[in-house]
Parts: sequence; C-alpha cells; structure tokens
Amino acid sequence: MSVFEKLSFYLQYPFVRYALIAGVLIALCSSLLGVTLVLKRFSFIGDGLSHVAFGAMSIAAVLNLTNNILIVMPVTIISAILLLRSGQNAKIKGDAAVAMISVTALAFGYLVMNLFSNSANLSGDVCSTLFGSVSILTLSITDVIVCVVLSIVVVIIFILFYNKIFSVTFDEDFAKATGTKADRYNLLIATVTAVVIVLSMNLVGSLLISALVIFPALSAMRLFRSFRAVTVSSVVISVVCAFSGILISILEGTPVGSTIVAVDAVVFILCSIAGFFMGGMKR
Amino acid sequence: MALLTVRNLALGYESHTIAEGISFTLNAGDYLCIVGENGSGKSTLMKTLLHLREPMGGEILTGDGLKRDEIGYLPQQTVVQKDFPASVREIVLSGCQGRCGLRPFYNREDKKRCEENMERMGITALANRCYRELSGGQQQRVLLARALCATQKLLLLDEPVSGLDPKVTNEMYRLIESLNKEGLTVIMISHDISAALQYATHILHIGSQIFFGTRQEYIESEAGQLFLAQQKGGEQA
Repeated sequence: MSVFEKLSFYLQYPFVRYALIAGVLIALCSSLLGVTLVLKRFSFIGDGLSHVAFGAMSIAAVLNLTNNILIVMPVTIISAILLLRSGQNAKIKGDAAVAMISVTALAFGYLVMNLFSNSANLSGDVCSTLFGSVSILTLSITDVIVCVVLSIVVVIIFILFYNKIFSVTFDEDFAKATGTKADRYNLLIATVTAVVIVLSMNLVGSLLISALVIFPALSAMRLFRSFRAVTVSSVVISVVCAFSGILISILEGTPVGSTIVAVDAVVFILCSIAGFFMGGMKR
Repeated sequence: MALLTVRNLALGYESHTIAEGISFTLNAGDYLCIVGENGSGKSTLMKTLLHLREPMGGEILTGDGLKRDEIGYLPQQTVVQKDFPASVREIVLSGCQGRCGLRPFYNREDKKRCEENMERMGITALANRCYRELSGGQQQRVLLARALCATQKLLLLDEPVSGLDPKVTNEMYRLIESLNKEGLTVIMISHDISAALQYATHILHIGSQIFFGTRQEYIESEAGQLFLAQQKGGEQA
C-alpha cells in the first residue's frame, strides 16, 4: 500500500479528521501567542501553566467531574494572571515564580491522583495527561466544536488587538506613559494564554506544550526581521509542523505530541541554518 | 498657567524615601535638565512624572491643556528591545497607539504622522530596516520619532546619549535642541553636566541638596558649584 492510499484509508475515520482539525487550530493559536511570550521573556509560562492545568485536571478526575474543563480553565486563567502580573515588581521574580508554581502543581496533581484515584491504570492516565499521547485521537465531536470556537475567538482577539499587543510587548513603560492601558492588555494576554494552553493539553500533553508555544516563534525569528513577518511566518511554520507531525504519527504509529515537537525542533534547526546563511550574505 | 507644576514631591520605593521636597514649574518652551548623582532618584522622578509610579507625597499638576497622554517619552533601552524583531516603521507607528484608544487599527492620519516624524528625524530611508540591526544613534532617533508621534508638547528624555560616541552624541543634542526651538518643552535626565549647562534653560538638581532654577542661577548656587567641582574632579581623576 502506498503512502497516499494509506493516508486516504486513515482519513476515512472521523477521529483522524478531528485530530487534524484540532491539531492545526491549536498550533495556530499557540504560535500567535508564542511570539509575544518569547519576546516578553515568558517562554516558560506555557510549561508552568500546563502543569497547573495538570494539577487541576487530576483534582477534577478525583471529583469524578464529567466535564473537567469547568475546573481546569478557571484555575489556569487565574494562575496565568498571577504569573504574568508578578513579572514586574513581585518579591519572587517571574522565572522563579513560574518554576515554583509549576512544580508544586505537578507534585500535588500526581499526589492527589495517587491517593484518591480509583482508576485501574494510574500510570497510563498520568502518562497520557503528561504526553497527550492518546487523547488527541479520542476527541469527540463536542471537543472539536469547543476547540474550533475557542480558536476563532483567539484569532479574532489577536487581530483586533495586534497593534496594542505589539506596543505593550515592545515597550510597556512607553505604552503606559502615553495612555495605553497596558495592564488591561497584559491581562488579556494572560487569559488568552491560559485558554490556549488548556486547549493544547489535548494535543501534546502538559510536558511538551512549551515547544508548541516557543519553537515556531523562535524559528520565525531566525528568518524574519519585522514583527508582522515573524508573527505570520510563525503561524505558517506551526501549522505546517503540526499537520505533518500528525500525519507522520498516524502513518508510523508514533505518539502524536512528541512527533509534532520533533518536527518543530527539526524545522527550528533548518531555520537557524538558513538564518545563518542569510545573515552571512548580508554582512 | 505653567505647563507642569510639581509641588513638594517625595519619591521612593515602598517605605523607603529616595528624595523629597522636589518643587518646580515648567512653562511651554522650556528645556529642563535633571542632574544629580547616581541613585539620587532622577529616573524615579521621570517615571513619577509619567504616572508610571505613584508619588510618596506631593502633587503633579498639568496646565495649558496638557493631557496625560500628550507626553512623549524616550526611555532607556531595555534588554527586551535589544533583540526585538521589529521594523523601524512598526516601532515609530506604535507611538500613535495612545491616541487610538479602543480603535484596533491605525488610521491614515496616524500613518501620515509616522511618516512625517521619520522624515523629521532623518530615518525615512531606514523605515523597513530591522531595529536591532541599527546603530545606537539610529536606534535613539527611532525612539525619538516614536515619542514625537505621541506628543507635540512635552518630551521626557531619560539619558538620551548614554552609550553613544561623541560625534553621535553631539548630533543627538543638536536634534533635541532643534525640537526645543520648534516649541516642544523638553525634560532631560543627563549625566553630562557640561551639555546640560550648554543647552538647558533650567536645571533641577536632586540629591542631598535640591535645587531648581535657571541655568545661570544654578552656576552661581552652592549646590551647582559643589556638583560642578565634583564632576570636574571626576573627569580629571
């Protein structure tokens, strides 16, 4: 069977199509935010927040909630706001705060699951939450609809506030001094980040989310030199990587999350090399 | 009425006061230099004037119809900006953000203002270049053009020449002087006391002694003579 026959065979199944739709949309949203987060020196916030989401998820699992997003989403949003706000003048500095909250949430999440879970396959549950290995292929139509709606909202917010996000990212003090409500937009960035992280947990799991957020932005920054070009190309890179990552994992039977991240990493290396030669020619 | 009136201002962090009893008035067209030793609170004063930080005491009044968001600001460079991928035009245009309010995109008037100010600063040719690839002097011109997009009245400059070589420093001072002659009121923090005395109309000295007055008054004052002697000693050493 050729690769194409194999693909069209798999694409007959709705769960494969769902995975592709959700995967591409999540990749799109996370890369939009990635540029801002990387430039604001918050690369690790994705990691931290996803661990918080993991903690919240395990509590939801223990409480036997059918729809755990009701707990996970608010908890993650609140943590995001606290973390991004603490960046400026907190007693504990941004990176330390992120590290602290993320390991605490991870530890408590696993502890709670161990103590109270009545699942037969505990390590399997934990593993799939951490690496998202199975869940993307078990999405229901409701999950996909939620994902589509939230992605559209994120994209619209990003387009409407694009210029403001640029100002606040480039120079927060200047923006504030000249009358932009920088705090409000930071809050917005934090909230959207949390939403995107909770969404992406399904795709790559909580350990690998940072990759989805930072790799496309970093790759784009090797190649382009204006904010708009970096943003657009990071979206393109992210979508292409996610799409091909999911296809490869379906064809080869590799875990979805790690395959996408591996593709992202390879693209980053290629972009770095290309950027090096482009810079070399210019000089 | 004065453009800016500061009465008995006290500055500090949390419960620790750095400087207090700062009072001065500034009229349209003035050129004020803020001098003082490192750590005397110059930058904090500027941030307080910009409402980025709450004063510990005292008050800041604006007059002549100067609105809060009509202040242009040239900050010291941050680490974030050193490797920020952004074109010159994108950065200058972001100076118009304050007047956008909730409007999501820049309109034609904003874009025209951006082009005018790039022309004024002589950076039109650099419009599509990447900010991080420019020289220090060019970067300062970009940030100055951005500040001019935000204001036509009052410009606050935080050490605009730090890290620039002497030739570029002089160009920068001349540029600021020409803006002042065009009618902009300028407040500048400076380490360079000789330049301050050459260009400024007024001097505010903060530190162990607080002094505010015209350039001539400063040269004759006790605070001024002490500081000048110190600076001179520092240069010779």
